[in-house]
Amino acid sequence: MSDEGLSRRRLLGASGTAAVAGVVAGAGTAYAVSRGDDAGAAGAPPSTAAPALALDAAIPFRGEHQAGIVTPAQDRLHFVALDVVTKDRAQLRQLLEDWTRAAERMTAGAEAAPGGLVGGGPNRAPEDTGEAYGLPASGLTITIGYGPSLFDDRFGLASKRPAALQDLPAFTGDQLDPRRTGGDLCIQACANDPQVAVHAVRNLVRLGFGVVAVRWSQLGFGRTSSTSTAQATPRNMFGFKDGTNNVKAEEPEGLAQHVWVAPDDETGGGAWMAGGSYLVARRIRMHIEVWDRTSLQEQEDIIGRDKKEGAPLGRAKEFDALDFAKKGPDGQPAIPVHAHVRLAHESQLGGIRILRRGYNFTDGSDGVGHLDAGLFFLAYMRDPGRQFVPMQRALAKADVLNEYIEHNGSAVFACPPGLKDGQHWGQGLFA
Amino acid sequence: MPRPALRPAARAVRTAVPVALSLAAALALTGCADKPTATAGSTAAGGGGGPITVNATDTACELSATTAKAGTVTFQVTNSGSKVNEFYLYAEGDRIVSEVENITPGLSRELKVEITEPGTFTTSCKPGMVGDGIRGAFTVTGTAAKGSADSKVAKAITDYKAFVASEADEFVDGTKEFVAAVKAGDVAKAKSLYAQARHPWEAIEPVAESFGDLDPKIDGREDVIADGMAFTGYHRLEKDLWKDGLQKDSGAVADQLLADVTEIAAKSKTVEPTALSIAGGAKALLDEVATGKITGEEERYSHTDLWDFDGNLEGSRQALAVLRPVIAERDPALQKALDADFTELSSLLAKHKTGADYTSYTALTEADIKELTVSLDALSEQVSKVPGVVEAK
Repeated sequence: MSDEGLSRRRLLGASGTAAVAGVVAGAGTAYAVSRGDDAGAAGAPPSTAAPALALDAAIPFRGEHQAGIVTPAQDRLHFVALDVVTKDRAQLRQLLEDWTRAAERMTAGAEAAPGGLVGGGPNRAPEDTGEAYGLPASGLTITIGYGPSLFDDRFGLASKRPAALQDLPAFTGDQLDPRRTGGDLCIQACANDPQVAVHAVRNLVRLGFGVVAVRWSQLGFGRTSSTSTAQATPRNMFGFKDGTNNVKAEEPEGLAQHVWVAPDDETGGGAWMAGGSYLVARRIRMHIEVWDRTSLQEQEDIIGRDKKEGAPLGRAKEFDALDFAKKGPDGQPAIPVHAHVRLAHESQLGGIRILRRGYNFTDGSDGVGHLDAGLFFLAYMRDPGRQFVPMQRALAKADVLNEYIEHNGSAVFACPPGLKDGQHWGQGLFA
Repeated sequence: MPRPALRPAARAVRTAVPVALSLAAALALTGCADKPTATAGSTAAGGGGGPITVNATDTACELSATTAKAGTVTFQVTNSGSKVNEFYLYAEGDRIVSEVENITPGLSRELKVEITEPGTFTTSCKPGMVGDGIRGAFTVTGTAAKGSADSKVAKAITDYKAFVASEADEFVDGTKEFVAAVKAGDVAKAKSLYAQARHPWEAIEPVAESFGDLDPKIDGREDVIADGMAFTGYHRLEKDLWKDGLQKDSGAVADQLLADVTEIAAKSKTVEPTALSIAGGAKALLDEVATGKITGEEERYSHTDLWDFDGNLEGSRQALAVLRPVIAERDPALQKALDADFTELSSLLAKHKTGADYTSYTALTEADIKELTVSLDALSEQVSKVPGVVEAK
């Protein structure tokens, strides 16, 4: 990661938007969408500059694909899985429409409802909870997904279930907690300001009371993947660069092959998924205290990269190709046979790749003095059964890293394609 | 159960002033040299007359008239800019009188507003949906006839006072029986009377929370009694009956309880509610369930929390029942949702009843508590919309 990138991330976490706005303005790439105050609203010039590096810019809500997948990974995450609690199909459809309206407003930097802060007058509960008022859009994306359980007999959606949307099988070593697993729906809110991401989820959950209830949720404080070549590779909680070989936004062929569902993939009731993507979420607790006592050599052998540069073992630079045949000075493979990068590499998995979009998390401590920390693994793909499942089977069987990690939450969701003007989330599913 | 801080329902609720009367004459305008400002012709449009056209662009908000006569005022808003636009009519304090949103470029939308009193308002176009928008003053003259629900509100207030009086009488009667059992040293009988004696109070508690120390003296938990105050009342006797056994002063505590209950019951009957305070009380009762009953905090020795839950829920339901004619007239969809959500929560709570008695809070599983919480959230969200519906228009 470049120093510039690091300083921005730190700045954002430490001192909020005022400082960030300064940095962005200094970089000369800013198109700030102001939220609430009148400074940038009516008088702001139309957006012309590319917003790729403007941390407070607004990301377009509508498009061919949902935002929040190949969008350059923002720094903060609030993810929530929900269960539908109503039995009324019409209520669910209406909520998806209401969510669309609120989500589009919030991603533009606006309140969840018009006049949401004070417009209802003194006697009403305000329609917007208010904590993001005056903050910029902060790159907020809101991505929705539907879990396998949504397609049971409750809402008449069984015939709409995409063939590729299946519960994940059990993997060797899984320690899944039912309270962190599954869900009828999910919302992934990513932003460069944690307050903006939390505000988005909070307001959507509030709109859903009586229709949906939160099943579990996860905050992520730092991205662990780059989804664009414009981004430096971040580090995970083991201190290693993570996601160097990720599928990137700048690889249209790779995205078409590995990430987006193609029109021919689903020809039956699941045809609405064309242009969508499947999301696999895994909460991976890392036993970081144990890891931290492990020698550098052993850490690097387990991962298969050097810690400082992130280069594959036996090579010099981060983006050098992995050479699995190369021998080290001891005559053994430079990248050990059970190293994580070898087991997870496409060459070992028949060409499988996925788009990773995970986040570091820590949920405080675990009651015995250890940090409850790890990686909230999020990955987008065209077919989990052909991509994540064989990849995780291979890792669960042999990865030495398993001694230091524990998968304790899991879910899979079908994330529909993007919305055109005038469309809302309920339409594809309830057409 | 009183909280250390007064609940909103216990405070004097701010009276809603009819929109047009509360307006300050001068409104701050946001025009400055480098920013677009609202422009308009000076023609007045009559109430019920032709529409006022609003030409909304990315940089301007042009109205064909900035004054109108009271009555139904119609705005025809056309977005001739490149950003999604919105049009607002604000009263004082940016309170929205009416708005139309999601006007995409090229689209024209109509906004009809009923204004019965004269006053000065603010119009605003909001290109891009953010910020204060491009503002201008808008003046309404004259008055128009109101479509009022005043008589229905008056009836609701009368009905609610009758409900409070009946519950207050029941509270005194139940407390008399309970106190007699305590003084007779009949622990088993006192325990069997405890939860139901308190039940009427749990239904009307917000009415009387402002009567000084009386509520904490009657219903205070040991941990929230203020410094210098003795731990008395129902919860002190609960502790005696279920944990410590009857004490030397239990009889005196019981006598004081009856005196306090008699006093608070009499005072409760003198409270003059408003539609807003009734609606606020309905919400406050559900808040009590959420923060005290569903958590098992209120009845830490007897674990009769589900009785209190039932009392709070019944009180909330009755408060909204008296307001039904007003809600049903102004927002029939909300009334329908309230009916469905009250029914749902009541049936979930009833699952924990064996015969005429509720099971102990300690018998609830985590799944039971989540089921009740999810349903309570759904109901509470709807109930929180009632004050906005019954406030004076």
